[in-house]
Amino acid sequence: MPEIFSAKVTKKTAHASHPHESAELHVSGEAIYTDDIPELAGTLHAALGLSQKAHASIVSMDFTEVLASSGVAAVLTADDILGRNDCGPIIHDDPILAEGVVQYIGQPMFVVVAESQLQARRAAAKATISYEDLPAVLTHQEARERQSSVVPELKLVRGNPAAKLAAAPHRTKGTFEVGGQEQFYLEGQISYAIPKENKQLLIHCSTQHPTEMQHMVAHALNLEFNQVVVKVRRMGGGFGGKESQSALFACVASLCTYHLKRPVKLRLDRDDDFMATGKRHCFYHEFDVGYDDNGKILAAKIDMTSRAGFSTDLSPPVATRAVCHFDNTYYLSDVEIGALCAKTNTQSNTAFRGFGGPQGAIAIEYVIDNIARDLGKDPLEVRRLNYYAASASSLEQDGVLSAKISDTRDTTPYGQQVKDNVIHELTDQLIESSEYQQRRDAIWEFNQSSPILKKGIALTPVKFGISFNVVHFNQAGALVHIYTDGSILVNHGGTEMGQGLNTKIAQVVANELGVSLSAVRATATDTSKVANTSATAASSGADLNGKAAENAARTLRLRLSELAAQQLGGVAEAVVFSGDQASVNGQSIAFNDLVAQAYLQRIQLWSDGFYKTPKLKWDQSALQGSPFYYFAYGASVSEVIIDTLTGEWKLLRADLLHDAGNSINPALDKGQVEGAFIQGMGWLTCEELCWNAEGKLTTHAPSTYKIPAVNDCPDDMRVELFHNPNHEETILRSKAVGEPPLLLSFSVFFAIRDAIASVGGYQHNPPLQAPATPERILDAVMKTKALSTE
Amino acid sequence: MQLSQKSQTVGSIHFLLNGEAVSVSDVAPTATVLNYLREERACTGTKEGCAEGDCGACTVVLAELDNDELSMKSVNACIQFVPTLHEKAVYTVEYLRQQSGELHPSQQAMVDCHGSQCGFCTPGFIMSLWGIYNDHQVLGTKANKEEVRSALTGNLCRCTGYRPILEAAEKMFELPEVSFDHDGLKRDLQKLRALSNEEGLGSDNINTDGVSSTSLSYEYNNEHFFAPRTLDELLQLKSQYPEATVLAGGTDVGLWINKQFRDLPTLIYIGEVAELKQCNKTENGLTIGASVTLTDAYKAISELYPEMDQMWERFASQPIRNIGTLGGNVANGSPIGDSMPALIAVGATVTLQSVGGLREMPLEDLYLDYMKKDMGVDEVVVAVTLPIPAKFQRFRCYKLSKRYDSDISAVFAAIAIELDENKVSHCKVAFGGMAATPKRASHCEQSIIGSAWNETTAKQAMQLLKKDYQPLSDMRASDSNRMQSAMNLLYRFYLETRLDSPLQKEQLDVFSTAGGVV
Repeated sequence: MPEIFSAKVTKKTAHASHPHESAELHVSGEAIYTDDIPELAGTLHAALGLSQKAHASIVSMDFTEVLASSGVAAVLTADDILGRNDCGPIIHDDPILAEGVVQYIGQPMFVVVAESQLQARRAAAKATISYEDLPAVLTHQEARERQSSVVPELKLVRGNPAAKLAAAPHRTKGTFEVGGQEQFYLEGQISYAIPKENKQLLIHCSTQHPTEMQHMVAHALNLEFNQVVVKVRRMGGGFGGKESQSALFACVASLCTYHLKRPVKLRLDRDDDFMATGKRHCFYHEFDVGYDDNGKILAAKIDMTSRAGFSTDLSPPVATRAVCHFDNTYYLSDVEIGALCAKTNTQSNTAFRGFGGPQGAIAIEYVIDNIARDLGKDPLEVRRLNYYAASASSLEQDGVLSAKISDTRDTTPYGQQVKDNVIHELTDQLIESSEYQQRRDAIWEFNQSSPILKKGIALTPVKFGISFNVVHFNQAGALVHIYTDGSILVNHGGTEMGQGLNTKIAQVVANELGVSLSAVRATATDTSKVANTSATAASSGADLNGKAAENAARTLRLRLSELAAQQLGGVAEAVVFSGDQASVNGQSIAFNDLVAQAYLQRIQLWSDGFYKTPKLKWDQSALQGSPFYYFAYGASVSEVIIDTLTGEWKLLRADLLHDAGNSINPALDKGQVEGAFIQGMGWLTCEELCWNAEGKLTTHAPSTYKIPAVNDCPDDMRVELFHNPNHEETILRSKAVGEPPLLLSFSVFFAIRDAIASVGGYQHNPPLQAPATPERILDAVMKTKALSTE
Repeated sequence: MQLSQKSQTVGSIHFLLNGEAVSVSDVAPTATVLNYLREERACTGTKEGCAEGDCGACTVVLAELDNDELSMKSVNACIQFVPTLHEKAVYTVEYLRQQSGELHPSQQAMVDCHGSQCGFCTPGFIMSLWGIYNDHQVLGTKANKEEVRSALTGNLCRCTGYRPILEAAEKMFELPEVSFDHDGLKRDLQKLRALSNEEGLGSDNINTDGVSSTSLSYEYNNEHFFAPRTLDELLQLKSQYPEATVLAGGTDVGLWINKQFRDLPTLIYIGEVAELKQCNKTENGLTIGASVTLTDAYKAISELYPEMDQMWERFASQPIRNIGTLGGNVANGSPIGDSMPALIAVGATVTLQSVGGLREMPLEDLYLDYMKKDMGVDEVVVAVTLPIPAKFQRFRCYKLSKRYDSDISAVFAAIAIELDENKVSHCKVAFGGMAATPKRASHCEQSIIGSAWNETTAKQAMQLLKKDYQPLSDMRASDSNRMQSAMNLLYRFYLETRLDSPLQKEQLDVFSTAGGVV
């Protein structure tokens, strides 16, 4: 049963399951998203004209009919961009509007501005474009053959993998394809740009990265950063899709506003959103792994090829994270990992929850699954055998720990020592709570007597590195204002996309100042408040901004402590803030009264706070260092049933156990865990991106692209947090929780593979690729049967 | 623009929005309810997620009087045109807070169970929950798990994974009750009718029994929307405007506007035609009028053909079934529509009518080629008739798609046989997704008819499907997978219907293994 909250119950502010700060606004429809902001008089609406060719020169664009269409105010093209025609976050190869050449079907070429959105969209469809086809590369495999990539191949080598492979008694060699994934944020991309005096602009944008939007708009319009303000109160989902790729829309809306001197809103139709924007990278893995008779991995070599799309976008850091997560929870002594960001004439793929981590980690899980079946073992046994060594104690101090353990199966291929490993105890706990062994036996029995339907089960582990792989992104700022009535406003650089960041930040501030949660309000992210912010990404939102907010609140607490000590006697260090009052020397003063006094005493009642993650170092060229402050862990067990005639399947039960440290808000964290699990399950099963022979994405709406729906959620779903206060001094000893649990969904895929293996007496490795659609499952069933009759 | 002499018309759209009477005469006939709510009424709680009826962010509840019975149902505002609201009531999320400012139980339960994260889909979920809450509250019952899941099939959530929402759906029935004034709404809708009758007939002619006697004839910017009330009127209109688009539930036509930017200058809406809203069961069969919703058709047909249950449950989503019609599905004639193969396999007929007369034909004869039908420009589909099942008929239909809920079939199989002793005397095999039209498998059928119903017959028939179909490859499945699946579904049918130790549904269908945990 859920916990019920009411004003009467006083609750701890931190480490307690408070509802999302906007929950009441969500359910009442009163929460304001960008498209809900009351439109200013004179607002115009924009729509994009998209390329119909995968790769072609633009010979001509005729807008006669567009301009004659009702309600149309203007058509703008790349020629109207005064500044830099680019919205690439790292490399400047990402045109806002196509210039001379189009590089994928769906690329924005021009923008139509009209009185209404429907008028703009109808008009945009009337343009006559003449193209001259150029050769197009449509798949990442094809691009690899041509060695066509957006950046040079990444390569990480440790030990002597070639020699160890050659000497290994057993090898598993093969390929594995894992598909991409559309973010499918329910609120599509949107920007609403409003002209201000002196060429300034205010942009309401659904984005995870307001600062980058500010920069991109300024570059495009030749403005100073201080002329552009970007605001976001909340997003209707982001999932990485609004990290870099909200920029194109912010730039286009701003461009229109700049030229027309009227407010302009660009809200994408869902189909256009699918066609224009990038998705999770699909990966093609070629692996060769050597192991001993027990299944212990002796050497591993993998070549990863990701589909970067037509431009660089975030593909290199995504590939880096894939490389840094190939190990998952396993010690790989001798290893060679290559990653190529293949350049294709398709959408430019981008961030999506996990950021390459899931694509890298699933490869080693596939390998382990192969090894186990080749040896006739339960994959779980092989998994545990290869786990990183247990850390002496996850709470032990660093120095002591690293002195004790050196080079004992605890260093990642990229050179970071794993000091907080809890996967052994976490796995043990889950095996017991999920009754893994009994169910495995029962499934074997079931499969013996069930001719058509087969069941499968899998337990898969997760280790996920927390921090941006780029050291300088790991910084954050916050502002805390205490008003004279005692109410508190907190502003920080993170953005709210549903994950509950603002709730956690408010909890942190309330906890620090000892006030009720209801006294603290978090406000819209705004580039004119906290400047130079990092993206809300890499699961880092609460870690970074929570610490910054805590620091700001701590400054205020210290100031108020001194005042309280003056007024109540005692020393400032002894003042305790709790229960909406400050207490010292056996006396108390209400927080409100103390604040009112502070104002009269001319004590500054607002403060900034700053935070940078310690201990990070990373050499991108060598792919070595300690890129992560700590790791988050988890494991899951899934049980499925498949139909060997059609490939249909159903998830029967899922047990999730996840390490969120000392959770600030267990309810929100559980929400992240189970939500990520189902989302990951979608990625690995029903969500399939298809491009046709011309390079056109044919799954570009919810009618053709199927994210999990209500009946995909199993009746029996058990979600628990693993109690494990962070050994690092993170915010309230919690752990980041946005991305890591997405990898819990691996167990669904491998349970399906287990079920398929039953048709070949568990003797053969089903050649199952992801996503495991009914078609792929049936295909793997037939191939596995064929193998067993050979 | 006039209707035939006899009928009286009303020129503006009258409806209730969150309980308040509204008259509209200045929006395009194809303006969607969603855009109207958001842009004209500042009801921004209703969201656009896809504008094609597939995500449910725009879910609203529609209420109407049907023979003086109040019916309330969730629908997708994004593909509903404003004139279809005439004489109905529409409720949005803004209506739900109680007078005291407190949340409705459906809302409070979602807060308590942490059922919202980004919150964008939430108002749509709330409206679906509010719908089932009201259905049960008035009866003093609680929705069971299946009903809840069914009611939420049209709502996509990308954040939560649904578990907390399912929990909230149970929890809302445990919170202090809030009742909806069904009788009050009924009275208000009757008043609304009287108002539009008054406008259409003049105040001297007010029809006191509250029955509508005026038809909506709405015009804006030279675009027309007719909502005839009788079959006669409808046929007259179709004869007068043969190029007009016939609109039923709008679950497809809505997309022509939102996605294809088609101009539809004349719409004839059949949702108010009394004769087409009937289901009639006689000894010859069950006749479903062309504007009977899929939800109502499901109820009626399931009594005769319980084998279609899972098909109905997986047919689009509940809000789509609440507004979409069986007649529309059949008249549209998409090769991947689900109802046609099932109807063809049981020997259903379709009735077309025009001012010139009436034609009835086997349903499969309606489909000539890809999206081409044997239908005159002035003809409309008026009904579909299903025969009473033969006593020894064994009939199954199977849907295969990437997702259980609200997905379009890669392959849809419908197979019916009658056995005489152990020999097959009749056989109809129809597939969707295998050809340019919903099509019968004649070679396959011929090989089965007259044969003993055994493994040899089944395997031979499976091979003959290759003669009957040359399916395409697309994003739903490859050609080879479609063929293999079609063959395997026929085999599943055999396993389920064979005389010698047939397998139970639970042994063949992953979705029938309720719970299923070992």
